[in-house]
Amino acid sequence: MNRSQKQSRFAIAVLKGIAGFVVLILAFLIGYIFITGLPNINWRFLTAPAKAFSSGGGIGIQLFNSFYLLILAMLISLPIALGASIYLNEYAKDNWFTAMIRTSIEILSSLPSVVVGLFGFLLFVVHYKFGFSIISGALTLTIFNLPLLTRNIEESLATVPDDQRQGGLGLGLSKYETIIHIVVPAALPGIISGIILCSGRVFGEAAALIYTAGQSAPALDFGDWNPFNIDSPLSPLRPAETLAVHIWKINSEGIMPDLTKVSSGSAAVLVLAILIFNLSARYIGRKVFEKMTSMD
Amino acid sequence: MQLDANNHERFIYHFDPEENDIEMATKNLEIYYGKNLAMQNADIQFKKNTITALIGPSGSGKSTYLRSLNRMNDGVATVKGQILYEGVNINQPGIDVYEVRRRIGMVFQRPNPFAKSIYDNVTFALQRRGVHDKKILDEVVETTLKQAAVWDQVKDSLHKSAQSLSGGQAQRVCIARALAVKPDVLLLDEPASALDPVSTSKLEQTLRELKPNYTIIIVTHNMQQAARLSDYTVFFNLGEAIEYNKTRKIFTRPKIQLTDDYVSGNFG
Amino acid sequence: MQNQKLAKQLFKKSKTARYERFGRLLCFSALVMIMAIVIGIIVFIATKGMSTFLKDHISVRDFFTGTLWNPGTKTPSGHAAVGALPMIVGSFLVTILAAIISTPFAIGTAVYMTEISPKRGAKILQPVTELLVGIPSVVYGFIGLSVVVPFVRNVFGGSGFGILSGTFVLFVMILPTIVSMTVDSLKSVPTYYRQASQALGATKWQTIWKVVLRAATPGILTAIVFGMARAFGEALAVQMVIGNASLMPHNLISPASTLTSVLTAGMGNTVMGSLQNDALWSLALVLLVMSLFFNLLVHFIGRKGAFSK
Repeated sequence: MNRSQKQSRFAIAVLKGIAGFVVLILAFLIGYIFITGLPNINWRFLTAPAKAFSSGGGIGIQLFNSFYLLILAMLISLPIALGASIYLNEYAKDNWFTAMIRTSIEILSSLPSVVVGLFGFLLFVVHYKFGFSIISGALTLTIFNLPLLTRNIEESLATVPDDQRQGGLGLGLSKYETIIHIVVPAALPGIISGIILCSGRVFGEAAALIYTAGQSAPALDFGDWNPFNIDSPLSPLRPAETLAVHIWKINSEGIMPDLTKVSSGSAAVLVLAILIFNLSARYIGRKVFEKMTSMD
Repeated sequence: MQLDANNHERFIYHFDPEENDIEMATKNLEIYYGKNLAMQNADIQFKKNTITALIGPSGSGKSTYLRSLNRMNDGVATVKGQILYEGVNINQPGIDVYEVRRRIGMVFQRPNPFAKSIYDNVTFALQRRGVHDKKILDEVVETTLKQAAVWDQVKDSLHKSAQSLSGGQAQRVCIARALAVKPDVLLLDEPASALDPVSTSKLEQTLRELKPNYTIIIVTHNMQQAARLSDYTVFFNLGEAIEYNKTRKIFTRPKIQLTDDYVSGNFG
Repeated sequence: MQNQKLAKQLFKKSKTARYERFGRLLCFSALVMIMAIVIGIIVFIATKGMSTFLKDHISVRDFFTGTLWNPGTKTPSGHAAVGALPMIVGSFLVTILAAIISTPFAIGTAVYMTEISPKRGAKILQPVTELLVGIPSVVYGFIGLSVVVPFVRNVFGGSGFGILSGTFVLFVMILPTIVSMTVDSLKSVPTYYRQASQALGATKWQTIWKVVLRAATPGILTAIVFGMARAFGEALAVQMVIGNASLMPHNLISPASTLTSVLTAGMGNTVMGSLQNDALWSLALVLLVMSLFFNLLVHFIGRKGAFSK
C-alpha cells in the first residue's frame, strides 16, 4: 500500500469517527429528551392547568394555546402564502422587481425570530392596542411563517409539469383558473407536506411570542366557547402563554418545586409533537398523492 | 437564427375562397422568440372539415406555428401578421383569447390528464363556464368519450382518477376533454408520439371519424402517419413553409427538391 | 354576415378574462403585502433604534465602544452608560466559536453521509438531522440548562453560565442546519466529477478533498453563514445558559450576555419611549443590520460560486 492510499484510509477513518461522534451527540439529545421527559407525561399532565408555586401542575392551557395559535396563524398565512407563491411561480417575470421581492422574502425568512417578535410587539401590542393576546401572537406568527410557507408552496407548484398548465389554457380557461383548479390540486401532496412542516416550526416558536402572545396563561372556562367572553378558550384578546414559552418562562424565573419534571415533560411533548408533524407530513403527502392518482 | 427566404423555391397551394370553405388561414405570419425570427413565409389556408398534417424536421417551427393558431404562444413568443379564423383576424388586440381557445381546441404531445376524475377532466372547462346541469354534463361526457372512442373502456370508472389511465386511453380522454367545449378546430401537437402502435392506430381512426365535424390540424414527426391520415400536408423547414399541397402529391410528386429529400428520407 | 357576428363574439370580454384579471390582482396583492411587512419591519425597527441617538442624544461612539450597560445612569467618566460593546462582543463570540466548532463536525458528517456511506446516511442520519433542525430552540435551551451548564461548572469551574455554555448549545443547535445544507451542496456535485477523479487514479480521500469539497465550497460556505446567522439571532436558548450579566466577558465561563439575551430579558421591564427602552431597540437594530449583512454575504457567496463554475 502506498502513501496516498494509507493517507486515504486514515482520513476516511477520521471522517467515520467524526460522523460517529455527531451521531452520538444527536442520539444523546433525542434520548435525553425522551428518557427524562416521557415518564412525566400522563393524561393529567397534558390537561391540568399549570401551578406557579406548588408541584403537580400540568400544561393543559399551554398546550391548547399552542394549537389555537398554530391554527389561527396557519389560517391567516395560508391564503397570503398561496397567493404570493402563485404569483412568484406562475406570473412573475424575470426582472428587477421579482428579484427585489424574492430578496425581501429571503430577508424575512432569515430575520431572527426575536426581531419579528419585537416588530409584532410594536405593531400589534402597542400600536393597535391588542395587548398581549392571541390575536397579536397569531399575527406575529403569521409574519414568522410567511416566508417559509411561501417558499414551500412555490417549490410544490414548480414540481407540477408544465403540460398541466398547457392543458388548462388549451381549453380556453384563464391562467388563474388553471392554476387554482388544476395546478394547485396537482401540487396538493407537496403543499400539504409543506404546511405540516411549517406547523412544526410555528408550534415550537417562542421568541416571537414572548412579547406578543404574552407570558401568562390565565385560567380558561372550557365550557364557554363564545369567543367574545374573555374567559373563553377562543377569546382572541386574552393573553396566551404557549408550551414553548412556558418552558422558557419556568426555566428563567419559575419557582415551582417540580420545575425540572415539568420542563422535561413539556420538552418531550414539544419534540414529540414536532416528530408527529414531521412523520405525518411525509405520510399524508404520500397518501394524498396515491389517492389522486390511483384507480380507487 | 436569421432566415434568408429568397434563395430557394417554395410551393404553397392556394384554395379559391369562392369554391372552398376556408376555416383558418395565416397571412404574413412572423413569429419571434425575443429578437430571433423563428417563423415566416407561412401563408397557409386550412379547408373546413379536412385533416392537415404539418411535417418537417425538429426545429423546423411546425409546433411553433401550430401553437400560434390558438394563441398558445401568447407570452412565449411575439406573433406578427394575421391569423384568420372564419375570416376574422384573431391575432389583434381586443380579441378574447379564451373564447378563441375554446373554439380552437388543442391536444398535446404527452397525454396530460388533470389530477381529477375522468368525469371532471371532461366536464371541468364546461363547469368553469357555468354549466352545472348534471343532465347536460352527463350527456357531454358520454358523447365526447364516444367520439374519442374511449367510452367503452372507461364508462364504468368515470369517477376514478384520469391519471391512472394508460397513455392511449389518457390521450383519448384528453381529446374528449377538448371536444367537450365544442370547438370548431382541433389542433394536435404530435398526439401519438408517446403512444404504442396499437393506440396510435386507434387514435388515427378516431381522428378520421371526427373529420366530418371538425377541422383538424396535426403536427407529426411520423411521415407514414401524415400520409395515412391527412388530406393536406405542409412541409416546414428552418422556420418557413416550404411546400403545401394535397398529401398524395407531397408524398408522390413533391414540387420542391427539399420536400422530396425529406419525405424520401434523404434529408440532411 | 356571419363573420361580423363571429367578430362581435370574439371581441366581447368574456367572464374568463375578468376572472383572470381579478385572480392575478389577488395574488399580486398577497405578494405586495409580504413586501410591505418586510419594509415595515425594517422601517419600524430602524426608527425606534435610531431614537437613542437622535432623541436621547447618545453618541454612536459611546454606544458601540462603551463597556458599561446601565441605561439611564452615567459612567464614572461622565458618559451615558449605554455601552453595548459587551453584548456585541458576546454575540460575536458565541457565534464565531460555535461556527468554528460546528464546521469540521458538520462537514465530516455530511461527507460521511454523501460520500462514504450514502445508504446509512439516507436511512438514519438524514431523518435524524431533519428532526433536529426542527427542534424548538427552547428545548435546546432547556437541555443546555440541565446538561451543559452543570457539565461546564464541574469541568471548568465557575457558575457554569457563560460564553462557553452558550457556545456549546449553539454548536449543537446549528450543527444539523449546517449538516443538511452541506449535504445538499455535496449532492449537487455531479457524479462524473468523482468518476473522472477516480479514473485518474486519485484515492477516495483525494477525490473528496481535492474535487468534491472544492467544487462544493460555495455551498458549504453558504451553509456555515446560515448557521452563523441562526446562532447570532438565536435568543432564548442562549439567554437561558449565558448568565445574563451585561459585563465585558473576560473569560469563557463567567456570566455574560448577547444582544438577544439582553433584549428578551429587558424588553418587559422598561417603559416604552424611555431611554432604557430606546437603548434596547438600538440593540434590536444592530441585530437587524447583522441579519441583513448575513443575507448579503450569502448572496455574495452565491454569485461567486456561480461565477467560478
